[in-house]
Amino acid sequence: MSLVEIKDVSLHYGNRPVVKNVSLSVTRGEFFVIIGPNGAGKTSLLKALSGLHPLSEGTIHIRQTPIDSYSRKELARALALVPQQINADFPFTVAETVLMGRYPHLGLLSVEGKQDLLLAEQAMEFTEVSHLAGRRLEQLSGGERQRVIIARAICQQSKILLLDEPTASLDPAHQLRIMDLMERLRQQEQLTIIMVSHDLNLASTYADRLLLLRDGAVEKIGTPRQVLTQEQLSKSYGCTLLVDENPLLGTPRVSLVSEKVAATIRSEKGDL
Amino acid sequence: MIGYISVYKKLVVVTLILGLLLACCMLLGLTVGSSGDAAAAWKLLLGQGSADPILEVIVWQLRWPRVILAATVGASLSLGGLVFQALLRNPLAEPYILGVSGGSAVGAILGILAGFSLFPGLALSSFIGSLSVLMLVLLLSNRREGSSDSLLLGGVMVNAFCGAIIMFLISVSKTSQMQKIIFWLMGDLSSAGTDTLPLLLGVLPCFLLVFLLAQPLNLLLTGRESASSMGLNVAAMMLVLLLTASLMVSLTVCQSGLIGFVGLTVPHILRLILGSDHRILIPACILSGAAYLVLCDLLARSLSSQGEMSVGIVTALVGAPLFIGLLWRGRR
Repeated sequence: MSLVEIKDVSLHYGNRPVVKNVSLSVTRGEFFVIIGPNGAGKTSLLKALSGLHPLSEGTIHIRQTPIDSYSRKELARALALVPQQINADFPFTVAETVLMGRYPHLGLLSVEGKQDLLLAEQAMEFTEVSHLAGRRLEQLSGGERQRVIIARAICQQSKILLLDEPTASLDPAHQLRIMDLMERLRQQEQLTIIMVSHDLNLASTYADRLLLLRDGAVEKIGTPRQVLTQEQLSKSYGCTLLVDENPLLGTPRVSLVSEKVAATIRSEKGDL
Repeated sequence: MIGYISVYKKLVVVTLILGLLLACCMLLGLTVGSSGDAAAAWKLLLGQGSADPILEVIVWQLRWPRVILAATVGASLSLGGLVFQALLRNPLAEPYILGVSGGSAVGAILGILAGFSLFPGLALSSFIGSLSVLMLVLLLSNRREGSSDSLLLGGVMVNAFCGAIIMFLISVSKTSQMQKIIFWLMGDLSSAGTDTLPLLLGVLPCFLLVFLLAQPLNLLLTGRESASSMGLNVAAMMLVLLLTASLMVSLTVCQSGLIGFVGLTVPHILRLILGSDHRILIPACILSGAAYLVLCDLLARSLSSQGEMSVGIVTALVGAPLFIGLLWRGRR
């Protein structure tokens, strides 16, 4: 049964089309990754999914209900967004930030009760930021801040998690930590994860299915094996990419090939 | 949980302490002044000894309305500053610096020239003035998201423009009106009297409304998209807060003229001590903003040996260096 159903969706920024005629569906518990070159419309699609970008055409259904018939709070209870970064100019503490995730569940004045505090504590434990609870957001490193925002999203208790490049600007250890966290959320909490990423190897390792976008249109949807082929990637990204098999996992492994090397090999062998 | 104290507990403690502070400042404001000695005034307040009828008039009919006016103006200016800072996500935003006070002054002067009475005519014309400037400032800040310099430069320009209009209006007005306008422009509280009541009635519901919207303000500070992804209707919330804040500022401006930097000084100091949670900051801002302006007015009344100094001078002497310091620190 599909949890998120996107049908013939087109999006515009002003008069400029950014997403054209995209259809896809994501099932419960799936790890779904959106990839594609810069400006392909990945983030716009994610924004449309979280109700932040108006649809020019088409429909989005969340749990069989059209997205525009949700109120903002209802939508926030159904899906949580982890934006690339949040404003840290004002000195909120980690605990205060995580507790903000309770907003869609609270009434007037939004004062949290015992239950809300417990949920926040659990969320912080899950993403391993409990020891930072009293620290201010601006004092944290990029990886820590990202885990705090994910804790806030967990605290929101929505079953669908949308993430916009959560591993951008993180070192490999922190990238893995975030991705393993996603994997655990999916297994232990049965969350559905939809993520935008530029990292083809992370996508290959963790995703159940991929959407490859180019110029706002669907190039391919499928498992990593189906989407991450040398021919497909080289065509979509407009550069030479070598795809072989990860010797440990058997998943596709993508390597960059410089234009100079590619040209030399082509002149010698005719092909890569 | 570590790093978390219950909102209720914090609220009670902060309200008690700052409420006490405000009460002390108001008592000082009632007892200290240029005429009569303070000890006699204390006795009068405590109901001891024979009351001097002149002193009684001074305390209850001159100082009391003035203290109340100062408290109300201080509270709404600092709360106005706090709301603007959250809406524009810029800790340097303030009604005076952004030119919102200036816009509301232009509106009010037009009102004076048209011969409107204070309420509702003058209040309405200054509300329209402040609202139009605020729209302009918001448009500027939207075009260059996040750039605090362009916002402040925009504010400076709007202020200069409003200043020019005010000068123009003064130069074409009759002498009798001119005096009234200039006196009022200096930002002072000597207009306090029984007609302060509509101001109080106007700003108190605004205080309550802003307090009810404290958590949405917190959410807004994390960014617009972040806030709406947590279930906030950002556009509607911003509109309500914008209207409320301009209403507060313009009601204040049309009663007391241009008093600058209160909305910068008070929220800044409070944020350093209390953090960013607006559920605590808003009541704190109302109480200590009130206390701050009562003190400033007391200084203005008692520092000058010849007559009185306007309170706007005192707030600018404190606030402008603070602003420069903040700007300096932000650059590094």
